[in-house]
Amino acid sequence: MTVLVKPQAAEKRPPGVLDVIRDTYFAYERGILGVLAFVLFLLIWEGLGRGWWADLFHAESLRVKPIMLSAPSTIAAAAWHMYFVTGEMWRHLGLSGFEFLLGFLASCFIGIPAGLICGRYRDLAYAAEPLLNALNATPQVALIPLVVLWIGTGLGARVFIIALLMIVPLIINGFAAMRTVEPKYLTLAKSFGAGEWTVFRTIILPASTPFLLAGIRLSIGRGMIGIVVGEIYGAPVGIGVMINQAGQTFQTAKVFVGVLTIVICGLVLSEVVRRIERRVERWRPQIQEQSS
Amino acid sequence: MSLPAEGRSMEAKTARPRRMASAAMRRFVIGLGTIIVLLLLWEAVTDLGLIDPILISSPSRVIEAGIGPFSSGDIWPDIDVSAVEFAWGYLAAIVIGIPLGLGMGLYKRINYLVGPFIDMLNAVPRITFLPILILWFGIGIWSKVAVVLMGAVIPITIATYTGVRTNEARFVRVARSFGASPWKLLTSIILPGTVPYLFTGLKYGAGRALLGVVVGEIYASTSGVGHMISDAGNLFDTSTVFLGVVMFMAVGVTVTTLLNRIERHFDRWRPETQRQ
Amino acid sequence: MTKIKLEARNIGLEYGRGTQNRLVALSDINLSIYENEFVSIVGPSGCGKTTFLSVVDGLIEASGGQILVDGKVVTKPGSDRAVVFQDSSLLPWRTVMKNVVYGLECVGVKSKEAEERAAHFIEMVGLAGFENRFPYQLSGGMQQRVNLARALVMDPEILLMDEPFAALDAQTRELMQEELLQIWSKSGKTVLFITHQIDEAIFLSDRVIVFSARPGRVKEDIKIPLERPRSLKLKRDPRFHALEDRIWALIQEDAVRTPQRATAG
Repeated sequence: MTVLVKPQAAEKRPPGVLDVIRDTYFAYERGILGVLAFVLFLLIWEGLGRGWWADLFHAESLRVKPIMLSAPSTIAAAAWHMYFVTGEMWRHLGLSGFEFLLGFLASCFIGIPAGLICGRYRDLAYAAEPLLNALNATPQVALIPLVVLWIGTGLGARVFIIALLMIVPLIINGFAAMRTVEPKYLTLAKSFGAGEWTVFRTIILPASTPFLLAGIRLSIGRGMIGIVVGEIYGAPVGIGVMINQAGQTFQTAKVFVGVLTIVICGLVLSEVVRRIERRVERWRPQIQEQSS
Repeated sequence: MSLPAEGRSMEAKTARPRRMASAAMRRFVIGLGTIIVLLLLWEAVTDLGLIDPILISSPSRVIEAGIGPFSSGDIWPDIDVSAVEFAWGYLAAIVIGIPLGLGMGLYKRINYLVGPFIDMLNAVPRITFLPILILWFGIGIWSKVAVVLMGAVIPITIATYTGVRTNEARFVRVARSFGASPWKLLTSIILPGTVPYLFTGLKYGAGRALLGVVVGEIYASTSGVGHMISDAGNLFDTSTVFLGVVMFMAVGVTVTTLLNRIERHFDRWRPETQRQ
Repeated sequence: MTKIKLEARNIGLEYGRGTQNRLVALSDINLSIYENEFVSIVGPSGCGKTTFLSVVDGLIEASGGQILVDGKVVTKPGSDRAVVFQDSSLLPWRTVMKNVVYGLECVGVKSKEAEERAAHFIEMVGLAGFENRFPYQLSGGMQQRVNLARALVMDPEILLMDEPFAALDAQTRELMQEELLQIWSKSGKTVLFITHQIDEAIFLSDRVIVFSARPGRVKEDIKIPLERPRSLKLKRDPRFHALEDRIWALIQEDAVRTPQRATAG
């Protein structure tokens, strides 16, 4: 139990080789165990895909068909092929990335001002609150069939779906940011005779930046969902389309390449935002995330 | 906008309790009023023929769309499937997540081994694994159970872990000084301290679980409320789409409310201001 | 008052042995406390008083030396000793009653019997009627009474008190000191009391042990020859002031030597 206090007992003898090894292990235990677990995970997976374990334990149930599970090496080979031999992944990434970017920009341009304005004026906030709660409680993905009904399945529809998913945390965090701006700062600005624009620039924007960045970080993950789900209704190219087609034709390795691509994009993008958050907000204790 | 923009800061200067009560009243009236006005507006634009109801339906049409399948019972199989997916996935997430979080919090080596995987999974929406899960488990309920489990288990695990780690050493000292057994230490000190964190994780996880049901069923399924929505969309039956959306919304709100209730029961020992 | 109840022999404690961060917390502490005696330990902040108490209780294992109770070596917490911890060590999710019975629960006393025994001590510390309150609903002084009751209900032979009044305001603290003396004189327990208040140590104790700055060592063992029963008026007695000056001078030597820790009071 790590929570208990456990000082070392005093013994007096010179350190031997084993002691050095043991001390080194304890000094880097976290990293060693982490890497070990990861290697073990890949090894088990590879073994399942290649039937090593089935041969080793004479248990056919441990032989997983490649349709079900591609070995990591197979996936890596497929990824290499798709990225650097045929280069098809770049086209998928290109269009999906373009959709994502448009959806992101649209949701920022609409969601952030909408959230801030709703939070700025008290009665408007009272009016918006239940609607935002309802919006937050609703899985917006369920609205996708409606989007298809309204604007079809073209590029616009896919961008709309991505924006629809991404916009919610932005509105909610913009709203929350505004509702938590200290009234005394606003009073301060007013007492200096600041106009609405000056108040916005000098008080509201700095105070709400961490909320907005947290909102952006949450919305990135939702955008990734949007790419996968939005493209099930069809698109010329795109990661979602690629995954879907590969899934239907049981090209498991390709499905993994697509999913892992999205996962890595999500990790990278949210890490970028996290870096920006840390940079912008060195002077402030961490803000709690406002929506899921 | 009848009040000046700095209305909030003016509140503080006047008599507090009465002012607060009237503010709460105002908040309630405006909030409810907005919803009613929007619903009426929605009804009006379709009834007056300004927008084709095929595109946006209307409240009365949604209710109408609900009466049929509910009274005939046609909707129950779909509800049944979605409920089973949600319940099994969420329960499995609790059964796995809480012990895993406890293990990670109590034994640092478990944390070293499992922590990096949990962190990585936490950074991405697990829904993106759906295509793989469908390959593995087919388009029946089990692929949805799996995606619900994956969605919910991460926040529950992390919350439990955080709860254990923030447990204060001074309480552990008290227990040890009185000679508490490890089991007693767990049940009397570590678990009670974890409860507030745990409930945050459970609420978060419920949202993720619901999302899993919806996305899973829209992505690929043969039944369920999400499938009903998807089907209705293909048939231009907007009212049924909205009916499904409202049903999911109702479930989300109900689960959150229920968890809040239970949490309040466990939370009597905290001063009002610290409760969530 | 002739039988030795509690004895520390050559107690030493060292952290991070063999590393750069080696830290000697306690060094060669020898101490004997007689039955029914009230002994206080004072010393500059960070001198290891609380750590020493934890060693006596068995919460921390010493790197060298032994703790003996009635001549027998002890290494783990036992029912012969009970600790009154510093402020806010009450379990916040338990009511007053549930907090007081906690120790009994840990040793497996049936809940009905436990609550009967607890009720007696809750009344003794003057909290009858508050059994179902949660800690956050009590004042600091009341919380410390619960803390005291929680230790007393175990009926230990030795009471280990770890700066129990440190977080209280000055007036409450003095009232609690007087009350503690009354309870102690009735109970006949042996008490080891840790504090950084010199006047508190003198007022309560038969002997005051002065610890040196880190590593903690016994610097001086001072008898307090003031008659009992004592009342708060004693604090204005010239003999009291003389003792205070003497102890303050001992602590100041160390406090000056380690200026960053010079907060002893």
